[in-house]
Amino acid sequence: MDFNDSPDEAAFRTEARAWLSSHAPANELTPGETIPDTEEAQRGRAWLRQLYEGGWSGLAFPTALGGRGLSGGEAAIFADEEGKYHLPKGPFTSIGTGMALPVIARHGSDDQRTRFIEATLKGDLTWCQLFSEPSAGSDLAGLRSKAVRADDGSGDWIVNGQKVWSSWAHLSDWGILVVRTDPTLPKHKGLTFFVVDMKTPGIETRPIRQISGASEFNETFLTDVRIPDSNMIGAVGEGWACCMTVLMGERLGSGAHKSGVIPLLNYAAATPDGCGGSMLDNGAVRLSLAEALAEEQGERWFQARLRTMVSKGENPGALAGMVKLAYASRYQKTSGLGMELRGLDAIAADPVDAATADLQYDYIYSTVMRIAGGADEVLRNQIAERVLGMPGEVRVDKDVPFEQLKG
Amino acid sequence: MNFDLSDEQKILAEQVRGLLAERTPYDRLRTLIDANAEWDEPLWRELAEMGFLGVNLPEAHGGLGLGELHLGVIVQELGRANAAVPFFSSIVLAADAIRLAGSETQKAEWLPRLASGEAVGCFASAEGPGPLLGRGVALSDGKLSGSKRPVADAGVAAIAVVQVGDGLALIRLDQPGVTRTRLESFDQLRPHYRLDFENAAAELLPGRNILQTLLDRAAVQAAFEGVGGAEACLEMGRGYTMERQIFGRPLASYQAIKHKLADVAVGIELARSNAYYGGWAAEVAPDDLPAAAAAARLTAIRAFEMAARENLQVHGGIGYTFEANCHFYYRRERLLAVNLGNRVVWADRLLAQQPGTQGKAA
Repeated sequence: MDFNDSPDEAAFRTEARAWLSSHAPANELTPGETIPDTEEAQRGRAWLRQLYEGGWSGLAFPTALGGRGLSGGEAAIFADEEGKYHLPKGPFTSIGTGMALPVIARHGSDDQRTRFIEATLKGDLTWCQLFSEPSAGSDLAGLRSKAVRADDGSGDWIVNGQKVWSSWAHLSDWGILVVRTDPTLPKHKGLTFFVVDMKTPGIETRPIRQISGASEFNETFLTDVRIPDSNMIGAVGEGWACCMTVLMGERLGSGAHKSGVIPLLNYAAATPDGCGGSMLDNGAVRLSLAEALAEEQGERWFQARLRTMVSKGENPGALAGMVKLAYASRYQKTSGLGMELRGLDAIAADPVDAATADLQYDYIYSTVMRIAGGADEVLRNQIAERVLGMPGEVRVDKDVPFEQLKG
Repeated sequence: MNFDLSDEQKILAEQVRGLLAERTPYDRLRTLIDANAEWDEPLWRELAEMGFLGVNLPEAHGGLGLGELHLGVIVQELGRANAAVPFFSSIVLAADAIRLAGSETQKAEWLPRLASGEAVGCFASAEGPGPLLGRGVALSDGKLSGSKRPVADAGVAAIAVVQVGDGLALIRLDQPGVTRTRLESFDQLRPHYRLDFENAAAELLPGRNILQTLLDRAAVQAAFEGVGGAEACLEMGRGYTMERQIFGRPLASYQAIKHKLADVAVGIELARSNAYYGGWAAEVAPDDLPAAAAAARLTAIRAFEMAARENLQVHGGIGYTFEANCHFYYRRERLLAVNLGNRVVWADRLLAQQPGTQGKAA
């Protein structure tokens, strides 16, 4: 066991640090600064461009496809160092590099790779994900949006349906899209995967008003959207396999988070207990916070174990889902605890009290952390089935033609 | 970075696991309980012969000179098997105390005997209800007076390391001034004793300010033991629910069961990761040890608690019988939850290590 870099890793880290120190600061967002979505997305593109020009794009991506072909360990080192800066990264950058690229690389044609990979790495193309639907979330394969061949002999596809939870769809250039092309087959088998230009006529995105007050998610309506056959990824009916490639990227990437337990210790210390001390003197508060902090530490070292597995070429599989499962519930619990220890003031604080405003936001936002990128219940099933080898769920719809399903 | 056990550590774990699987099956544990046995002496002798008792002790004193992670993988296997041996008392606590605080003479006299298993040590600190560290035992002019209870494994021990105030004393138990009284032990595989000292001859371990370090290092090992026990519970619960048919299908196919065991699995991985880090810190980053040990302790208590309780729960009524194997862990878990101070103590210790907070001193 060794936390120190190997000589090669150390050299790589030094190189990464040097480059970042001369490029990252000018691209940083000011903490607490709120800028319009359009500007944030613009700055995200600019940062991708700089990464590309500096040779820091697609680190673990094969060289034949325009990446650097480095190991997962080196990619993790760069992510470590990059994470020390407050850079404009988010779904508007990561859906492209973390989801669209792997699926195009694995299932796409040479022509598609040429058209999309470099442009995405450069930040010229940003992406959104058109997967979930109002009645197909955890059960994604139950989606109903459909594509049929145009009857004009062009080979084009005509898509109709509705997608939801498409982060930043209103500011993205292209979307990765999965739709049903054959309802006579069982649900997983009748799906096909496309990339779609978001400026295509018939695509309308409407922001969703979220409980946080923000609107970074959209619903996307697709009405007679025409997609050329050359934008189909993989073969007809290969949509589910494509989705699995995408979701694997999501699972591995969704461990990142910033709100930790340490700020809550300071928050408790700054809250009077009415007995001349602070809430950090309270035994119940101390025990709850310490247990959360101990879990947070465990999760950090668990991620180090996962990284080690990846760097040895092992696939952590459903183990990776444990990170988000543990984190999301703890995030909800600790932000709720923070509000409680603050007292009634947590409900309507002084306008200058940014810490309480942050906690209120965290408590609201934690709900979606438990749902997005694999709901708690889905992750528990996966851990039970794939890590512990317990039986799969009863799937009454598995071998039934989709068009015969109820609902 | 390479955050994984070494191949050598993994092989060591397999060796220990293999030996324990053969020598201490659950029926053996039942036999020991029925016989009101002090310990599984043949197993202890075998562990000694294999060199496992001295794994982290210096070569100069008869040990193998390996580190805390090597020790940890052994302790984890002992936890998995619920072995009835005084390893934690003798090696993790007594030998480590002598190693950390003993004079050269004391080390030379006792470490080789502890490493060979010829002598067993125990560790005495609590004095009845209340904190781990008692205040009533005094050492004066080389004479020890007062009472300690409960003390694990004192029946088979030749020596005790006794906490006296902030220091530690070393005492031979086989002398007129020492009375050992066996207590009814909640953990039926780890006998506990009351030790009464009446002007018993004892010597101070001269090292100062090592008590907390000793407990930190032991907390990491207790985390390894807890992870081993929790893994055994998870495996047992999984195995039972896979076999057991209920309402026409395996019990393991119900989400209520799957989700419970998935949560146990997550708890184990967090605890294991903290234990690894604690072992690493104990070896090479002593400044990180207090926080690492506290985090390992807290997550391991949580994981083993959840695993021991839910394992019995998924067994249903059979889990409440002596013939089933859940109870060994259900009882051992409570011992581990309190044997180095409860989680309130370790919560304070963890928070006290955080810079910039007004953490209470632990």
